Amino acid sequence: MTLAQEHPIGRPTKIRKRGLLSYQTKMRLLPLAYVTPATSRFALLVLYPMVAVLRYSLLDRAITKKDAAFVGLENYQTTFSDPVFWQAAGHTLYFTVMSVIFHLLIGLAFALMLNSERINPTIRSVLRVLYILPWLFTAVIIAIIWRLLLDPEGVINGVLMSLHIVDFKVEWFSSPRTALHALTFVNIWAGYPLYMVSLLAGLQGIPRDLYDAASIDGAHAFQKFRHVTIPQLTPIMISIALLDFIWTMQVFALVWMTTGGGPIYITETLSTYTYKLAFSRYQFSLASASAVCILILSMSMTYFYIKHQKAR
Amino acid sequence: MAKRSLGRTVLPTALTYVGLAIGLVFAVFPILWMFFASLKSNTEIFALPPQLLPKRFTIVAYLSIFNDPTKIRFFFNSYLVAGTVAILTVFIAILAAYAFSRFSFRLKNALNVFIISTQTVPPITLLIPYFGMVVAFRIFDTYFALILTYLVFTLPYAILLMTGYLNTLPRELDEAVLVDGGTSWSALWRVIVPLSVPGIVATAVYTFLLAWNEFLFALTLTKSIDMRTVPIGIELLMGQHAFEWNEMMAMSVLGSLPLLLIYLFAQRYFLAGMTAGSVKA
Repeated sequence: MTLAQEHPIGRPTKIRKRGLLSYQTKMRLLPLAYVTPATSRFALLVLYPMVAVLRYSLLDRAITKKDAAFVGLENYQTTFSDPVFWQAAGHTLYFTVMSVIFHLLIGLAFALMLNSERINPTIRSVLRVLYILPWLFTAVIIAIIWRLLLDPEGVINGVLMSLHIVDFKVEWFSSPRTALHALTFVNIWAGYPLYMVSLLAGLQGIPRDLYDAASIDGAHAFQKFRHVTIPQLTPIMISIALLDFIWTMQVFALVWMTTGGGPIYITETLSTYTYKLAFSRYQFSLASASAVCILILSMSMTYFYIKHQKAR
Repeated sequence: MAKRSLGRTVLPTALTYVGLAIGLVFAVFPILWMFFASLKSNTEIFALPPQLLPKRFTIVAYLSIFNDPTKIRFFFNSYLVAGTVAILTVFIAILAAYAFSRFSFRLKNALNVFIISTQTVPPITLLIPYFGMVVAFRIFDTYFALILTYLVFTLPYAILLMTGYLNTLPRELDEAVLVDGGTSWSALWRVIVPLSVPGIVATAVYTFLLAWNEFLFALTLTKSIDMRTVPIGIELLMGQHAFEWNEMMAMSVLGSLPLLLIYLFAQRYFLAGMTAGSVKA
């Protein structure tokens, strides 16, 4: 994503000297003045906190103790030797990978169906509006909708039992066997529309000539899909999948409101693990160490995302 | 010939419609269930066999929310915080976008990359130092704590959206002001801003929704019941009376109302914001 083309504005036709600063100096400082309100916020809200969290992670009892002592990497050692941290990392990875794969598959399937010329255009535009709906709801509301639907006494169990698919009331969110899968399913439901919208825009941007050329060469529908549609959509798919991966990895509200990380630690993710360390146990230094790990993971993915965006 | 057209067109068309119908149930059923559950009595929600439509429509859940000043306050807080964040964000973003769109300056590319990467900084990482900062600034449990920290995730979007929009406006328009001896400041406010109303609306709408939906910072940086926003209100309702499902569903319907209204009446703006982060401007 490029923010702007390079065009210096108002090339000076004559050098005016007004006040203390020369025209050139003014023109150099002017854009900086316009970005200062934004950059000062970023310095306060991004740069300073990153330095602070790094510092906390190297201290003994940051925030809670006045002159916390420097302890080097001790908090990292403690974090890495905690089996729950690794469990949380494993759950986060499973949750994220499954979410991204199914978001992509469902998003692509819906986009292709909506783009199909076989479908009546009115139905198509109505469905497009309706298919985006899950994306509108905030995580807390998604969580309680699905807690109601997946309640042991709820409608999903009711339907599954009357179809004899299950023969007892499954406790989707509180059974260790199903909790993580149920959570992942809910996230899949909530997240596919972003892919659908972007891929639909991508599909509509594919030049017709490419399909016409493929037809002349005798390609049938699947070959056109495989050799025209997919290559044309790949850049969009990669960039959304990378962003989705980063965001899904940071999931908090949905987990917090459905399972809270339980039962035991079955659905603990890196975010809930870190949150509990900080705000239930007030171990801010340990939490910071864990938070720095999440930051490093996110930033390394971001590196690929930006590289990919620049290459596009 | 008839057989051939059956295989070639009718069957794929039928299959596509079946796929679309399955997709429709998948996408919409949970939302309809929420909506109709909010109009049921609490006992009817778990009635067997399950039924989507209420046997007896009742608005008792909504009435109990409207009669509870604490719950009204959640909505007031959410509107106040999200509205203020939207206004502040748009103002700061316009200035930055103007610089990005109309000037070339040192550090511009670095700043661009920095802003894009800010979108992916994990909120949980920022939360711990924010907690320390908010306590140190003595703004813990105030609107300021939320308004200030929300800017971190609204600004990057807003700057990208606004820059994309300004890039579509011909530069001759504002250059004319400069040629006539006007300042860049007056070119911005007298020419660019009036022409950017659609972009400003898109940015404000999307920013409002981001702030309206925020959960983690609101959970941690406020404490008293008077400062809580709608998502936290729903969380509290869940903890307090875990069995008042119809009320929680009514709260969710009301909490989704701004999004649904904006989505239905200003889809164009909404989709612009939704894809700003992932699609090349």
